[in-house]
Amino acid sequence: MPLTFFTFSSPPKFYALAGALVPWCWAAALLLTGAGLWLGFFVAPIDATQGEVYRIIFIHVPAAWMAMVLYLVMAFWAAVGWAFNARLASMVARAVAPTGAMFALVALWTGAIWGKPTWGTWWVWDARLTSTLILLFLYLGFIALVEAIDDPRRADRAGALLAIVGAVNVPIIYFSVQWWNTLHQGASISVSGGSRMASTMLTAMLLMTLAFWAYAFAVVFMRTRAVVVERERGAAWAMELNRGGATR
Amino acid sequence: MSWSSVADFWAMGGYAAYVWGAYGVTLAFMLAEPLLARRRHWRAVAAADSDTDTDTDSDLKEDS
Repeated sequence: MPLTFFTFSSPPKFYALAGALVPWCWAAALLLTGAGLWLGFFVAPIDATQGEVYRIIFIHVPAAWMAMVLYLVMAFWAAVGWAFNARLASMVARAVAPTGAMFALVALWTGAIWGKPTWGTWWVWDARLTSTLILLFLYLGFIALVEAIDDPRRADRAGALLAIVGAVNVPIIYFSVQWWNTLHQGASISVSGGSRMASTMLTAMLLMTLAFWAYAFAVVFMRTRAVVVERERGAAWAMELNRGGATR
Repeated sequence: MSWSSVADFWAMGGYAAYVWGAYGVTLAFMLAEPLLARRRHWRAVAAADSDTDTDTDSDLKEDS
């Protein structure tokens, strides 16, 4: 069978492909994490203002970026699933949501831990923190909504609407430190202007971002496989899975 | 960054609780999540598999 753009929109084909890719994603995640943390802890210097506590940046910023990116990924696939009536796309969106929510929670939690010694407070209702909390609520709302509706395709469409409408929050988070007077610091990195960080710190942070990306691929592929089997339960190929030992 | 000693590394300039607390929370979530995903997959496969078991097998050989 020739490979087309839509070859892997078939649930059993995607199931097999995702299963083959998962170990490679884990390997990449572990290697990148090792490199990123080694650079972050043993090469990057101490921060002139904050001392050693700044090293939380190597997990806080990657988690925040992943939370934002994964939301757009989730909204994109939900929209594709709705527009093209593509079941698998909607399944992928459902699989992305918990990982995105996890990263949003980690970003908020590590941010609070970082804020206490540097700002003197665990929390403040500034624009960036508040909009990131809303991001977490949107993720949880999406998960609750699709689980609450019995008919899977209606649930997919309702979830897609929520995901798409909520996507406006992501640029709000991004621009919040420009548009409002926030306690959260402004952008240290920009696409046009380069960076105001020490280069070893920046490299470590970027490596950890790639590591979190690889992790996200691994977990989302794993969860998509679970969702596919849940949804395609009655199909012959799904019932044959245990025979083939395909439970990785 | 060369640390003067292993103890210095763990101490993180006095911020150990914050730094290792943050990394610990993150690690906990990033270990739990794939385990939960794996379990969800197992359960789904088991459920799909059980769909193949028909209840028409009659086993009347109770006594022996």
